[in-house]
This record gives sequence, structure tokens and C-alpha cells, in this order.
Amino acid sequence: MSAVMITRKVRKWEKLPGKNTFCCDGRVMMARQKGIFYLTLFLIIGTCSLFFAFECPYLAVHLSPAIPVFAVLLFLFVIAMLLRTSFSDPGVLPRALPEEANFIEMEIEAANGNVPSGQRPPPRIRNVQINNQIVKLKYCYTCKIFRPPRASHCSICDNCVDRFDHHCPWVGNCVGKRNYRYFYLFTLTLSLLTIYIFAFNIVHVVMRSVDQGFLNTLKETPGTYPLNMNTFLLVCFFTLWSMVGLTGFHTYLISLNQTTNEDIKGSWSGKNRGQNPYSHKNIIKNCCEVLCGPTYPSKMCYHDDLGVICFSLFLTSFSACFPQKTTAPLIPNEHTPDDVKPSIAAEKSSGPKDDQPPAAKLPPLASPETDAETSIAKNQ
Amino acid sequence: MATEFHNLQELRHSASLANKVFIQRDYSEGTTCKFQTKFPSELESRVELTLFEETVKTLNNFYAEAEKIGGQSYLEGCLACATAYLIFLCMETRYEKVLKKIAKYIQEQNEKIYAPRGLLITDPIERGMRVIEISIYEDRGSSGSSSSSSSVSGSTAR
Repeated sequence: MSAVMITRKVRKWEKLPGKNTFCCDGRVMMARQKGIFYLTLFLIIGTCSLFFAFECPYLAVHLSPAIPVFAVLLFLFVIAMLLRTSFSDPGVLPRALPEEANFIEMEIEAANGNVPSGQRPPPRIRNVQINNQIVKLKYCYTCKIFRPPRASHCSICDNCVDRFDHHCPWVGNCVGKRNYRYFYLFTLTLSLLTIYIFAFNIVHVVMRSVDQGFLNTLKETPGTYPLNMNTFLLVCFFTLWSMVGLTGFHTYLISLNQTTNEDIKGSWSGKNRGQNPYSHKNIIKNCCEVLCGPTYPSKMCYHDDLGVICFSLFLTSFSACFPQKTTAPLIPNEHTPDDVKPSIAAEKSSGPKDDQPPAAKLPPLASPETDAETSIAKNQ
Repeated sequence: MATEFHNLQELRHSASLANKVFIQRDYSEGTTCKFQTKFPSELESRVELTLFEETVKTLNNFYAEAEKIGGQSYLEGCLACATAYLIFLCMETRYEKVLKKIAKYIQEQNEKIYAPRGLLITDPIERGMRVIEISIYEDRGSSGSSSSSSSVSGSTAR
């Protein structure tokens, strides 16, 4: 009998106390509620399947085979953008480790001086000047950091997100610095796809009506109610208006280099609030920065690549029944640095706490070393 | 008494962590990654001002290079978009390349400059690019009075 030592690095995302689910060894990161995301997928795939199955053969023969080919390419791009938006880390800021949190606390106390007992201490705000504009940085009590400019705390995911735009339930994830361009491309190409399908539906109906008459065409619509072409035409019609509206709104935000969050709060609108210090005052420059800027690295998931999309999709749906928020069993060994051992022991004793309310009850981010090497001895 | 260590290994094995200093971000130019070059008082007795400033300025330059919006980033963005971002399966992004350079640079600085002085710089990416964490070590043999001074009042004026 030989003991096999398996060394396993504990990844940062495994210790993230926020309300996220992870799959594929950290490659896929989503919010907990995924129901509406599955609905989005179902609607897109359902509508397009019906289009490909019932309309494309007629259109390919009577008009041009390029029509379904272009539709397939557009459809694949839409799905790729949707999955990329949903599965990417939006730009989550890791919470402060205890030493950093204490350091900040001490600085705050030193800055406040002596507060007489009974009086509330002043709000924790830091002022910074960005491009001649005073911006207030607020302190996040959950993450124990002063939020960088444009960051905001998402209460649904319980994380601070950099350049927070909004939490999108349709996509099942927050939209932030890292996945905003994928989200925008998703809305844009989905609008185009919806317009394309809707337009060719009408062309198809018109062409058939010329041959057979309008009422006969409607009677021949394949499928039975409610899963027939007419229902999906209706879905297409309403989707079209909402998607085009959303795309237009985000185009407007991009041209001004604003986030949805800032727009809703009215941070940079109105005379009293001042000018947006992040805008280059040039529409093209703003668009280029948002859409063609550098691809920022994930601070949580080191494997954040597109990975195996279909496989991750399958795993996401499978794991929806069994949310994965595992903390690896940590057993201190001789390779663990001394200052990590007591905190590992504390984390091990408290154990995984998935169904308890977050933040306060979860074990603190244990080690100063982010990747503590652990070993699990197994007897074969 | 100045603590001296010959390399990182010796530092880790024979020293105990006394204190940590955090260099904060400098947001005066917007949200681009830049760190303050203000010299913390805790390091005054440990390392020269010029060496520290040199390190922070080089790191700032690296991050500026990674986040530069110009011809190369446009090309990368457009190419990636045209391939539905699948190209990142084969290719490393420019930012990731620069991060590797940064990691190497920090390792080198630690080995040459900071470890012999009993200090250790942590890569900012490990702390979410919020702070540069500098750990101050004391020699275990000379512990006692020097490590008790680790309760810093943090009175650096802002």
C-alpha cells in the first residue's frame, strides 16, 4: 500500500465569498439565478431553428442560398457573444485580505481623529481628482475596500465589479469592464438577427401569397399552436423593438463613455454634477476605448478563456441542480508557510456554508498566500 | 541593527513577518492602472527612496504599456471580433504578455534588491491590482523589540 500525495493549488475563485457559481475549473463564472438565461437561450435557439427548418429551404431555392448561410453565421456569432458575456468574469474585484482591511481601517481612524462617543463617525469617503473633476470613492463594507472609480457593488452577486454597468438577468451575469463589449456585440447582433429573420419571414409570406393567396399561406404554416411560426413571429416582433431600443441606448452610452449605473444615478448629467471625467469628448475615441480597448485579465479566474463552450454549457445546466461553491479540503502540510497554517485550520473547521446568508458568516479569505499548496494523501 | 538576508529562500525560512505596507492606486489620470510613488514611512529605514521609486515607476510604465489604446490594440480588438473572440484560444492577449513581464520583473527586483533588505513585494495582480503589498520581515534571531513596533499608526498624511 503506497500513499499517493496529490498536490492541489487552491485557486482564488474557490475562495470567493460572493454569490457566484463556477464550472470547468474556474473557466465559467455566472450568477446564481440562471433561469432567465436558459429562457434567453431557448428563445434564440427555438426561433432560429424554426426559421432554418421551415423558411430557409424555400428561400434558398427561390431567392438565394446565401440567405441561410448568412443567417447561420449571424446565429453562431450571437450564441458565441451570449456565452462569452454569460460565462466571463465581469471584472470582479477580489475582497481585501485581513491585513489590507486592517491597514485601511487604521488609515481611516487616523484621518477621522477622535470621534466623541455617541456621535456617528463621518462617512467613509475618499476624494480623488480625475481630469479636474472631484470624484468620491466610497468604502465598501462587504469587500472592505475603497471602490475604484466607476466600480460598484452588485447586491445580486455580492461582489464589487469594476466599471459596473448593470446586472443582466437575461444573460445571467453582471456586465462590467471585462464583458461589456461582448454584451454590446450580443445586443447589436441579436437585433440584426431579429431584423433579418423578421424581414425574411415577411418576404417568405409575400412570395407564397403571390403564388397561393394570403389566406392559404397562413393555413399552411407548419406546426400546431402555440409552437407554430406565427407565435415565433410575434416573439420576433416584440424582441426586435426591445433589442433595437437597448442597442440604441448602449450605443448612446458608449459614445459618451458612461455606464448604465452612472446614467441611472445621473452622476454626470445636469449642471450641478459636472462633466464626465472619463470621456475623451470625442465620440470615435470613446467608442474605440470601450470596444477596441485592451482585454483586461481576470483577477479571479486564471483560466478565463473561451474554453470548451458546448461542454461548459452542458455542465452549467447540469450543475444548476448542484451549485458548485466548493472549498477544497485544506490540510496543512510541511510545505504550507507558517503564517498560513492557523488560518487554514480555521477555514477547515468552519467548512463550506452554501445555504447560509453570505458575507458575515462565511470564513474570511484565509491566507496571505493566495495559492496555498495543499496535499491530499490517499491510500491506494 | 539592519537585518540581512542573502536570498528569498533564506528570507522565507529564517524570517518572521513583521508588518505589511500597501501602496495605493493613483487615480489622478483616470481608471488606468497606476500606483502612487509616495514613499511610505515604514520603509524609510529599509530601502533607499530612489530604488523604491524606480521600482514603482517601472511597474507603472509596464501597466501603461499594457493598457495603451493605439494601433496594436485596435488591430487585436478587430481581429478578435471578426473571429468571435475564438482567437484568444490560440493567442495570448497583449495584457497577459505584459503581466508575465511584470511577474518576471518583480521576481528579479525581489531577488536583487528587496529580499536582501528583508522586504518582499507581492505582484499587484494577486491583490486585484488594487495595491502593491510590501511585506516587511524581521530576522527571527533579532525578534522582540523590533517586531513589537509593527503596530503602525498609519499617520501618513494624504
